[in-house]
Amino acid sequence: MSEFRMPSLGADMEDGVLVEWLKQAGEAVSRGDIIAVVETQKGAIEIEIFEAGTIERLLVDPGTRVPVGAPLALVRGAGEPARPAVAEATPPMPKSEPAPAPAAPSRPVARPIEARPSEATRDRTSPAARQLAAVRGIALAGLVGTGPGGAIVRADVERALAKTGAPTPRRGIDPGEMRKAIAAAMARSNREIPHYYLTHQVDVTATLAWLEALNAGRQPPERLLLAPLLLKAVALTLRDFPEFNGHFVENAFRPSAEIHIGTAIAIRGGGLVAPAIHDANIKHLDELMAALRDLVARTRAGRLRSSELFDPTVTVSSLGDRGVDGLLGVIYPPQVALVGFGTPASRPWVVGDRIGPRMVMTASLAADHRASDGHRGALFLLAVARRLQEPEGL
Amino acid sequence: MSAAGMVQTTYREAVRAAIRAALKADERVFLMGEDVGRYGGCYAVSKGLLAEFGPERIRDTPLSEAAFVGAGIGAALGGMRPIVEIMTVNFSLLALDQIVNTAATLLHMSGGQFNVPVVIRMATGAGRQLAAQHSHSLEGWYAHVPGLKVLAPATLADARGMLATALEDPNPVIIFEHVMLYNMAGELTADAGAVPIDKAAVRRLGRDVTLIGYGGTLGKALEAATALAADGIEAEVVDLRTLRPLDTATIVASVARTRRAVVVDEGWRTGGLSAEISALIMEHAFWELDAPVGRVCTAEVPIPYPRHLEQAALPQPAAIVAAVRATLGR
Amino acid sequence: MSKDDIRRIVIEEIANIAPDTEPGAIDPGSDIREALDLDSMDVLNIIIALHTRLRVDIPEADYPLLLTIAGATDYLAAKLAG
Repeated sequence: MSEFRMPSLGADMEDGVLVEWLKQAGEAVSRGDIIAVVETQKGAIEIEIFEAGTIERLLVDPGTRVPVGAPLALVRGAGEPARPAVAEATPPMPKSEPAPAPAAPSRPVARPIEARPSEATRDRTSPAARQLAAVRGIALAGLVGTGPGGAIVRADVERALAKTGAPTPRRGIDPGEMRKAIAAAMARSNREIPHYYLTHQVDVTATLAWLEALNAGRQPPERLLLAPLLLKAVALTLRDFPEFNGHFVENAFRPSAEIHIGTAIAIRGGGLVAPAIHDANIKHLDELMAALRDLVARTRAGRLRSSELFDPTVTVSSLGDRGVDGLLGVIYPPQVALVGFGTPASRPWVVGDRIGPRMVMTASLAADHRASDGHRGALFLLAVARRLQEPEGL
Repeated sequence: MSAAGMVQTTYREAVRAAIRAALKADERVFLMGEDVGRYGGCYAVSKGLLAEFGPERIRDTPLSEAAFVGAGIGAALGGMRPIVEIMTVNFSLLALDQIVNTAATLLHMSGGQFNVPVVIRMATGAGRQLAAQHSHSLEGWYAHVPGLKVLAPATLADARGMLATALEDPNPVIIFEHVMLYNMAGELTADAGAVPIDKAAVRRLGRDVTLIGYGGTLGKALEAATALAADGIEAEVVDLRTLRPLDTATIVASVARTRRAVVVDEGWRTGGLSAEISALIMEHAFWELDAPVGRVCTAEVPIPYPRHLEQAALPQPAAIVAAVRATLGR
Repeated sequence: MSKDDIRRIVIEEIANIAPDTEPGAIDPGSDIREALDLDSMDVLNIIIALHTRLRVDIPEADYPLLLTIAGATDYLAAKLAG
């Protein structure tokens, strides 16, 4: 028996609200199945399971806010007889959430002045009631407790909710929440990561011509954009530059054997998510294109999967065909590098001993100086450029 | 299962049937202990087995717990599958060195080379006016020790089924049989056999509070649940079945649903099993709780001899009902 | 199929790809990428949708002709007529 726990979907995530179970107790699950939907600052995320077995028991009701690492369900492994999970390690304790500001009235204003609240006068509220009130934004002040010693218990909060009709947590992307998540992650990045930046102009005339020729022979559904070429060039190059692919945790850089590229996807009207395309180095360009199309659609619909959020090892941000010359990125912690691509534009360029118009794109690297140095960064960026210029090798 | 497939039996007969089946199934199995042969066992569990299986396999031993438990451990190391019976947990203290220092540690100290597949059965608990040296519930002490598995069958099916599974375990297993259960009568399926020994069981479903008991306290918890139901309070009753390792998942899942728990333990409160369960609930389900975890334990005295004092010292349904009401505030 | 039908289909497909926009409310002569904040993936998806629904061939070199609603309507009408 194993515990299926709330996954961490990024360095900034502390908890998530379980919105919906897609599997019930007794149902068989296999690796990669989506078994629940969790509301986070990045939208409603489909949570996958990474073992095969049977759902033994669901531990959390929809609407519950659950801290990262806390158990959500018990899963019996395939072929395993009914065995109990004896947790040797205690899961992280849920953090207490700040109770919402009490709705001021209903409390006598003139209170006798006391040195400090004594045990007898202190308001008692059960942990379960506090939890529900915090999740649903209900003020505890003013509720009548019916529990032991007049304590406010969960049922009292439920009664209050029924009366006020407080909304249940909503699905999809909440721009305010997403803004907060970006703010937290980017502030942490600039606070903790000593960034250095490198830029390089790449002549992509041949690359674009190759792409155009390829697409000319294909119907629209099979055509490629430039983006999958960029992803593949970065992914292949990272194999030789492990110091840009991995995570900086607990004061040490841990390179990753897998190359999962966080792909920055803008949300119309503001907001940004960088979900992962897994094993980008071994995916064919067509597969990368399909993965990217799928990812863009689901990002904008607010339906990403947990595995796409918790394990990118590097980020690629591309401005597409309607942007500016270049970008200098802010690394998404705990990653250590972000590769940026500007919009290709026709520029005067020296080829041989002549000046002529060429399509030029600015590639950039923002990297963590704790994990790598500028010299290696420069070699890396040059190698990415070289691969891009030989698209048939992608 | 149709009624035709049921047989009338008692807890004592179910334990005996389990031993008989084990002796028949595996010639390495034998029973050893004080008075298990000619006398038929101090609680008459092994009556008739000497005649059926002979003195090689039903062995009366000298009155030295240290010696015969040690012999059982030696036999297990030598490839046998001994069932060692100790009259009561109080007497097992004389064999504590063998159980804790030898049986529980050998696998570890031999770097995994020697396992000790011994099963030790013993009676536990009070209620028969046997006074302070024959009535204590010390199973929580054994549940403290890594290297041991500790079982507490509370039902006929578990009395019949736990032994076979325990004998299959490559490591030492201790089975506690509560003295007040031996006469418990009821029906058991004719083909009852081995049961899992690693999972607690929900014996009654309820939504308002979880009562957690085992062995001798399961019946009292169920009795309290019936009384509470008359007042519209629905108690869920969890039978721990295995005291080590505890089935945290089942306990936590139930408490997460009912949001209240009362642990019923015939051991003493201080440093006892009930404290461990309460701590587990705190660690795993704190945010689910609507009330502090309640405990109903034996009074912190040596078990008294006079009947009225003995009964007053033990957890009783009325005390369980009161503890439940305290968690509900009504 | 009338030009109005084609225009309606163009607007419908844009709205399918970018449900958070209102393509019917913009100037039909404006660049949809600017007016609706569409990126290259959106544009490709719109072209795929129109290609699939109307069964017309749209070479990549013609994409610039489809970047306004009016332009796309004219382009597709000509293709369907031909």
